[in-house]
Amino acid sequence: MAAATFSSLHHNISISSSPNKPHHSLTSPNLIKFPSSQSINRSSLISKPTLSPIPTRTRAAADDFTAPATAFHGVCYVVGDNIDTDQIIPAEYLTLVPSNPDEYKRLGSFALIGLPMAAYPTRFMSPGEFTSQYSILIGGDNFGCGSSREHAPVALGAAGVKAVVAESYARIFFRNSVSTGEVYPLESEKRLCEECKTGDVITIELGESLLINHTSGKEYKLKPVGDVGPVIEAGGIFAYARKAGMIPSRAV
Amino acid sequence: MASAAIASSSSSFINQRRNDVGLSSFSPNTSFYLSNAKKKMVSKNIVSVMAPQSQRTPSTTGSVKTGMTMTEKILARASEKPQLSPGENVWVNVDILMTHDVCGPGSIGIFKKEFGQNAKVWDREKLVIIPDHYIFTKDERANRNVDILRDFCNEQNIKYFYDINDLGNFKANPDYKGVCHVALAQEGHCRPGEVLLGTDSHTCTAGAFGQFATGIGNTDAGFVLGTGKLLLKVPPTLRFVMDGEMPDYLLAKDLILQIIGEISVSGATYKSMEFVGSTVESLSMEERMTLCNMVVEAGGKNGVIPADATTYKYLEDKTSLPYEALYSDEKARFLSEYRFDISKLEPLVAKPHSPDNRALARECKDVKIDRVYIGSCTGGKTEDFLAAAKVFLASGKKVKVPTFLVPATQKVWMDVYSLPVPGSGGKTCSQIFEEAGCDTPASPSCGACLGGPKDTYARMNEAQVCVSTTNRNFPGRMGHKEGQIYLASPYTAAASALTGYVTDPREFLQ
Repeated sequence: MAAATFSSLHHNISISSSPNKPHHSLTSPNLIKFPSSQSINRSSLISKPTLSPIPTRTRAAADDFTAPATAFHGVCYVVGDNIDTDQIIPAEYLTLVPSNPDEYKRLGSFALIGLPMAAYPTRFMSPGEFTSQYSILIGGDNFGCGSSREHAPVALGAAGVKAVVAESYARIFFRNSVSTGEVYPLESEKRLCEECKTGDVITIELGESLLINHTSGKEYKLKPVGDVGPVIEAGGIFAYARKAGMIPSRAV
Repeated sequence: MASAAIASSSSSFINQRRNDVGLSSFSPNTSFYLSNAKKKMVSKNIVSVMAPQSQRTPSTTGSVKTGMTMTEKILARASEKPQLSPGENVWVNVDILMTHDVCGPGSIGIFKKEFGQNAKVWDREKLVIIPDHYIFTKDERANRNVDILRDFCNEQNIKYFYDINDLGNFKANPDYKGVCHVALAQEGHCRPGEVLLGTDSHTCTAGAFGQFATGIGNTDAGFVLGTGKLLLKVPPTLRFVMDGEMPDYLLAKDLILQIIGEISVSGATYKSMEFVGSTVESLSMEERMTLCNMVVEAGGKNGVIPADATTYKYLEDKTSLPYEALYSDEKARFLSEYRFDISKLEPLVAKPHSPDNRALARECKDVKIDRVYIGSCTGGKTEDFLAAAKVFLASGKKVKVPTFLVPATQKVWMDVYSLPVPGSGGKTCSQIFEEAGCDTPASPSCGACLGGPKDTYARMNEAQVCVSTTNRNFPGRMGHKEGQIYLASPYTAAASALTGYVTDPREFLQ
């Protein structure tokens, strides 16, 4: 597909509102290599930047207003089934405290470092980097199984992942993603980990529950988020509870 | 209710659509079932699988009450509702919140950020803080994290903080316990009918006491710290009926490996698992804890065992607080019911790299191993060490590979050094372990179960093959990404230590 086609795409890109959380990789002026081997400026993909719908724990307050994003766009990293929390963030890094901004940032540098080299020769993180070039993660069945460590979605969020699209999720990872607002957890109707390849350029249209693989030219339906939607839209469990009047607004 | 009989041949399949009546907390809007593309082989030990039931129709008048499962009843009481059905989202009052040194500091950070630096926890007597993960290490951040817990507990006047100051000699710390899930039970924090949440996935262990217990993350824990409540979705329940006399070469670890192998690591995702039957009733509390401990390895939200005389006897000297057990109604609806004849079960292992990669221990007899690890919340309790000692005693031989022993708690450690092993002429576990050439029992903690800092005792720092009584064998779990972990019962682990290969314990016990 020609790069010109990409430059005419207009999708909302979510930009982090957190001073501690690095901006989404797509908002940097760096260039993406597209399948045509031509390069275009990433910023040409952005028509109307919106604030992230997903406030992170490093934000100033959980009750700040954020406009919901309508889409995510970026390069994807593909993993298989049963990617457990030890592969997402190995236990030796759990001494880092996610609510500490500096340590939050460091957690990102270790995201998916536990994936075995033989199975994943292309690494998610480049050595010495705090954020990944891959902002969309595509997984198989039972993604995020294992520990209840919140460090797992936090590490992904800190590394710049905006959305995870999996065939299915382990309960606690899904819940932690929703409660924290670190990453947007979506489920695919098809087994996308066998349809997409690491490096493919992806757009997720939330309103249409659609994943578009620009590299292959294919589109895939995503499952609706269901009754968790209001919590995701609010930006996590604290924002949701405040919106519902269950806990008072934070004194800033 | 009629059960769909399944032929006891190894080619039988479960091929039924699961008509889910509701998913677990914050679940995607999905129906989970075993599709034709994912047919699951049923072992000879399953007698039957109940046909799925139709979705319940809630009463519009409120005059007719639908039967509730044990989990539904506990959550109904905790949310002050007369009736609950799977799929409902409810704000639940929490009886106990547990956290430890890995997730506690983050939970505290969120609590302070969201509720204010000077905010007070909702109830200082309902919070239990147990340092246990990274204790005996020189890692500065790990040590700092215990300091964060200590400062918070002093500031909040927390009643149940099981502190450790002297890392050189754990016995010099009378308050220090060790592995949180075992300590919770030993210290009387597990009570029938209650809701216990913990920042650890194996919090489900406490379901052995007939309570709702599940793991949560830091943010949810921070929310509970400030409010004493959490939004939960009521899960549907899978019922596992285990009957038949338990052979003396099996332990609860074999039972749960059988179940996980049957339904897969995602087979109970967003669901509750209820264990009943004569075999379950015959289990001790520690063995019941093993059963519930690995519910999360099947994806389960929680596991429960109805409280009975065994439960009440265990709790007699542990708690003086009142509690009320709840039980599933006769007309309760279960998503599926699995029946097992345990008398026909053989010792099992879970091969690398998944807890559902089930195999008979005897089928793996050619697998050469480098080490054995006996410990953790799953396999480091007093009865686990007594079981291992029984095998060593029966063999009279020395181990052929390094064998690491990590008692879960200080009490377990003392039991290892003081309780006589039946049939040993008064010898303690520690004496038998020493005679067998095992490593000296280590200081109680989570140890190498989850890898941890590089200097963690018995951590796998190279690509070795390990037979372990722990709970997970995903890549890198015990420290090295290329390591291979065979999950097994303490019987099988001890037998394997004696031969240097994965070994069926019947070689020594019969």
